[in-house]
Amino acid sequence: MTNEGDTTLTTRSDSRLRAEHLSIGYDDKSVIADLSVDVLDGRITAIVGPNACGKSTLLRGLARLLKPSGGQVILDGNDINGMHTKEVARRLGLLPQTSIAPEGISVADLVSRGRFPHQKVLRQWSTDDDAAVAYAMRATAVTELAGRLVDELSGGQRQRVWVAVVLAQQTPLVLLDEPTTFLDIAHQVELLDLFAKLNREDNRTVVAVLHDLNHACRYADQIIAMKSGHIVAQGDPSDVITEELVEAVYGLKCQIIDDPQTGTPLVVPRASPHVTARR
Amino acid sequence: MTITEKSRNTVDFGRRQLVVRVGGCSARASWRALAVVVALLAGAVVFAVLAIGIGKYTVSPSDVLGVLMGTNTSFDRVVVLEWRMPRMLMALLIGAALGVSGAIFQALTRNALGSPDIIGINSGAYTGALVVIAGIGGGYYAVATGALVGGLVTAVAVYALSYRNGLAGYRLIVVGIAVSAVLNSVNQWIVIKLDYHVAITAAVWQQGTLNGLTWSQVWPMTLCLFVVGAILVVMGPQLPVLQMGDDAAGALGVRPDRARLGYLVAGVGLVAVACAAAGPVSFVALAAPQLARRLTASPGVALVPAAAMGAVLLLVSDIVAQQAFPGTELPVGAVTVSLGGAYLIYLLVTQARQR
Repeated sequence: MTNEGDTTLTTRSDSRLRAEHLSIGYDDKSVIADLSVDVLDGRITAIVGPNACGKSTLLRGLARLLKPSGGQVILDGNDINGMHTKEVARRLGLLPQTSIAPEGISVADLVSRGRFPHQKVLRQWSTDDDAAVAYAMRATAVTELAGRLVDELSGGQRQRVWVAVVLAQQTPLVLLDEPTTFLDIAHQVELLDLFAKLNREDNRTVVAVLHDLNHACRYADQIIAMKSGHIVAQGDPSDVITEELVEAVYGLKCQIIDDPQTGTPLVVPRASPHVTARR
Repeated sequence: MTITEKSRNTVDFGRRQLVVRVGGCSARASWRALAVVVALLAGAVVFAVLAIGIGKYTVSPSDVLGVLMGTNTSFDRVVVLEWRMPRMLMALLIGAALGVSGAIFQALTRNALGSPDIIGINSGAYTGALVVIAGIGGGYYAVATGALVGGLVTAVAVYALSYRNGLAGYRLIVVGIAVSAVLNSVNQWIVIKLDYHVAITAAVWQQGTLNGLTWSQVWPMTLCLFVVGAILVVMGPQLPVLQMGDDAAGALGVRPDRARLGYLVAGVGLVAVACAAAGPVSFVALAAPQLARRLTASPGVALVPAAAMGAVLLLVSDIVAQQAFPGTELPVGAVTVSLGGAYLIYLLVTQARQR
């Protein structure tokens, strides 16, 4: 298969994380076929697309949670599936869509588990572990909640704690699978601002699967738009997000205006005839 | 990415923690969990002295200690060292093995009901043991191997039957209960078909009993437990990470399928070793990890407290089994089943309410 419309297939081999001719499927159903992509180092990349387009599958493949049926994922020049899994976990962190907090666990205890890839049988709580956990909780503003049980927290607080788990891992690359789902709009913005800050201040590479195109346009340096397991377009939000592309990818008629705050594209769906203008 | 700020313990865990750092080695534990484990171990010693002393020929605790110190060389010595010591040690070892096994399975299924005695591993191990007894007679290692194979086959069967787009703890438990019921009738059938004398032994054993255990069973049991313990130490603390879900565990550097398989084999191994020595003792694996978790207030089930709790539970149950009805010795399994039945109903009711 070919990636029609994939504009930047030319390999930038200096990328720390990239996919080369990646194919992934569940059982015998192929979800992604022959997909190649470079993740821009030190930038925020948003993967967008309709439901079941393969965006989460791509992210999980990049995080070596899914084994490719063809091609490979390259991390720092090595095939990620051939690397020691703890070594990968020291370079690449992932915020999964669903995680389980064990019953009765405190915030600090959960965040400490992010240190697992740095620990050994005889080195369970070094000064580095302590410093990393303290930093992760400070960065996500959950230090005040450290001793509380995760079960008692609100949805927004809990998601910040899970982000802290990823930060405690201290990886230069951070992958996020729909991090803002289930959060109200204020908490969504708060969380995305946090990722932007982590990217700008710590120079971390962030890759996020996002549902909200406007969030993707505002926060991402690069957008990867997917449909049916292929990359339809990728690049700067202002170049990629056009009325034609949104219609081609989502089947949604829309108008693109400038975000009054940032100047990035803002997608406004066309009003259907059932919705009358109220002025 | 390095954090330049190097402060000493700055993290508030909500509970006081003991942190030990020597050279490149370090460890952390909550004081409460440590206190509970120490108290359980102290309790085990006290009950052990009691257990050795009681019976038809009573030995006072001071005489028991005298024998252990080597100052008491009377007939007490034979009673303590030859008659009762092996049984007491086996109660502790089997209890610890069952406690750890229960913790492993409850962690893997993420459910307090997911212990090996509920999901059919005990029954399967017993089936394996019975097949060996019916086929080639006895011998600890032969029976233990039979129990291990039976337990593993059952575990794989339950796993496969309940696997559908991933593993749901609740489905596994329901399937396990069904498999357990089937295996129990198979076990009954084998016992009926057995030679009369063997059948009597097998039937008593079916309850789980510590009667008649001698030093010749203690050594192989100790060896087997040592091997499984070493495997668990080498695997490192992957279990807490595995409890966070497969994706989170994978992201943190655990291979979920491989780790699960390792724990499964270790957990079944512990059940099989215990089953070969004392038959399928139920309830200890179900209750010990949960009781320990509540006492230590630790997140999720933990292996060491579960081991200590299992050891104390089985030892106390065995004392009750010997003393409850003067003149008759109950199999310890009868005591644990009675206690376990009540606890199981409590668990089912509370879990049903949560849904």
